[in-house]
Amino acid sequence: MPKAKTPVAETATVADASTDEDFALHSLQAALDADKRYEPSKEELLHFYEQMLLIRRFEEKAGQLYGLGLIGGFCHLYIGQEAVAVGLQSALDGSKDSVITGYRDHGHMLAYGIDPKVIMAELTGREAGISKGKGGSMHMFSVEHRFYGGHGIVGAQVSLGAGLAFAHKYREDGGVAMAYFGDGAANQGQVYESFNMAALWKLPIIFVIENNGYAMGTAVKRGSAETHFHRRGTAFRIPGMSVDGMDVLEVRKAAEVALEYVRGGNGPVLMELNTYRYRGHSMSDPAKYRSREEVQDVREKRDPIEHAKAELMGMGVTEESLKELDKRVRSQVAQSADFAENSPEPVASELYTDVLVESY
Amino acid sequence: MAIELKMPALSPTMEEGKLAKWLVKEGDEVSSGDILAEIETDKATMEFESIDEGVVGKILVAEGTEGVKVGTVIAVLAGEGEDASSVEAPAAKAEESAEAPQSGEKPAEDKKPAESGTANLHSDIKTPRGPEVPHGTNMKTSTVRDALRDAMAEEMRRDDRVFVMGEEVAEYQGAYKVTQGLLAEFGPTRVIDTPITEYGFAGIGTGAAMGGLRPVIEFMTFNFAMQAIDHIINSAAKTNYMSGGQMRCPIVFRGPNGAASRVGAQHSQNYGPWYANVPGLVVIAPYDASDAKGLLKAAIRSDDPVVFLENELIYGRSFELPELDDHVLPIGKARVMREGKDVTIVSYSIGVGLALEAAETLAEEGLDVEVIDLRTLRPLDKETVLASLAKTNRLVVAEEGFPVCSIASEISAICMEEGFDDLDAPVVRVCNEDVPLPYAANLEKLALIDAKRVVEAVKKVCYR
Repeated sequence: MPKAKTPVAETATVADASTDEDFALHSLQAALDADKRYEPSKEELLHFYEQMLLIRRFEEKAGQLYGLGLIGGFCHLYIGQEAVAVGLQSALDGSKDSVITGYRDHGHMLAYGIDPKVIMAELTGREAGISKGKGGSMHMFSVEHRFYGGHGIVGAQVSLGAGLAFAHKYREDGGVAMAYFGDGAANQGQVYESFNMAALWKLPIIFVIENNGYAMGTAVKRGSAETHFHRRGTAFRIPGMSVDGMDVLEVRKAAEVALEYVRGGNGPVLMELNTYRYRGHSMSDPAKYRSREEVQDVREKRDPIEHAKAELMGMGVTEESLKELDKRVRSQVAQSADFAENSPEPVASELYTDVLVESY
Repeated sequence: MAIELKMPALSPTMEEGKLAKWLVKEGDEVSSGDILAEIETDKATMEFESIDEGVVGKILVAEGTEGVKVGTVIAVLAGEGEDASSVEAPAAKAEESAEAPQSGEKPAEDKKPAESGTANLHSDIKTPRGPEVPHGTNMKTSTVRDALRDAMAEEMRRDDRVFVMGEEVAEYQGAYKVTQGLLAEFGPTRVIDTPITEYGFAGIGTGAAMGGLRPVIEFMTFNFAMQAIDHIINSAAKTNYMSGGQMRCPIVFRGPNGAASRVGAQHSQNYGPWYANVPGLVVIAPYDASDAKGLLKAAIRSDDPVVFLENELIYGRSFELPELDDHVLPIGKARVMREGKDVTIVSYSIGVGLALEAAETLAEEGLDVEVIDLRTLRPLDKETVLASLAKTNRLVVAEEGFPVCSIASEISAICMEEGFDDLDAPVVRVCNEDVPLPYAANLEKLALIDAKRVVEAVKKVCYR
């Protein structure tokens, strides 16, 4: 018998989660659905817009430099997914929370305010890069910003993120860890090992699945028996949320709902951010697995930046001032590219540094 | 007919135990499933159940007796229709018949428990005081197990970022009793039982280290760590380099490594060469109690990720341990266990005992053998090995592990590349056979290294 929609889900507080199983796993979704969008001030939305634009222009430039041979190896662009990192990270407390992600990491770093110059210089493999040129696109870190990478092994960041959360809890510093991974990584076994321990020990962590529809070239429905990824925590009693990852304001709002729950000592939350990547999985993606029309359709109808732009204009921001902003961002990206192209390569002696911290 | 109750073997490596407590007395009626006694092994206290029905006739080993050998008759049950009070203690007839088999009878050897190959890995030989221990230091006797436990406890008292995590480390007191007592002293936030989920908890430990803590991650055995090797290598070992020295990972992965006793191929591998292959890791494999303690303390204090390889067969062995307030040893330094001028044996972990034993045998034949314990497999102390080679001009490597791409192979390469002019004979590797470790006792014995093979190899390089 289908359950009638009771007012419980809408009015009860998080504290009831432990007693009502049905409620516990759906309470956060209900809270989000009741009030889906964050209401920003004009300045806030302008800031989100600028950050998303910076990520897009930065990634476009990185794609260009790759084509010119200035960036090597693997390079995974974040174009299309900008609202996820910007919306979520805007809700974090940079003084105590920590973030970790996989190999598609440029956007998360830019959303954290890390200087685009040192990121681009890492992409070009230069001494001035954030990892001294020894990490590359997939391996960038900023302990200062509590950004813990940048990990190239699909799914590893989920266990590592649970470890960061363990450290927050151990130290009782009030911090929350946010671990991003994709719909592809969501099928790795260690993800569920981490879900189990995170829920068992009530670790302060938000698991974020960026569902961009494709695990490399494998469409979600071809690789996942359960395609509603926010339900994947159910077996571990982790409440899930399904969020429109193309709307920065919904993302921000969802982050607040999740953070309130996690900061309350209730353990982990699993968020599924439904998003889309416009570019290939990496620069060498032949894109045979989807049609141009499909990509074009998302660009036209769901683009997070266009979305925010329309919203800003509705708030009275002029087209002219947005053009100014775009110009400023383009110039910032151009400067980072110049810096990255003109910085020297690491000196040969760097080959042997940082293997071990101590000398034995 | 009276039923003999014998001291049971309660773990693969148990040879003797303590009869901690009798739960029945003479004259009690027992049926199958009743608990007769509590027996303490070096790993745990176990209950000994009756599988027969009858009346307890005689108790032959009093409670509190230590060192009761497996197979010793500890009590006799009177069977149906027998008078319990008249049941006689059996004469030591097994021993008698073994000593003097009658002609025409089958040799009694057939009935003896099969002797496993790991019995040959055992050496009671004393190790000398390490060079780092100051003269006049008081020495006490300690098992390797207790030395490891004390190392963790001391470091946990010293630094509240240190915690221990793994399967059965807390309430069970350690699958091999190495973490015994830590839960009581440090509580469940610092001594953490995990689910059976090696990949997951190795990742959580590594992440916690990145986040500023100092985890000690116990693997029940390093055989299980293969499920977690991605985090040890890709996450822990490479991060400092990939981050340009920004993000550290001060973590210790520890647990027993190498062959135990008749536990078959999946539980009997030495991973020393695997981890020693990886830049960014420190790999330590101690032999005696002093090194186990001093090097584990150093490993916990290190800012680098450390793989700390212990050995189940050595846990229960006793060695001298210096009574120092803070016994910390240098990582990356080999130890000359015995000085000699004719030939060098290089080894590590359980192989060191075999090397020392071989050296004693060879001394009787007039060969003066130098024995080097590598202690740290990465970074490897080449200087100590090459200095010894320059002195003796002949070298054998003894390693309990597969021969191909082994530490022995590495030492051979170093001697050839950097000590060629000092060599009077080719370096010889003495390792296990190049097969998965078999279960059958006789085959296991054939597969594993022993002191006799080390002796033969030394003679070979001495052209004897």
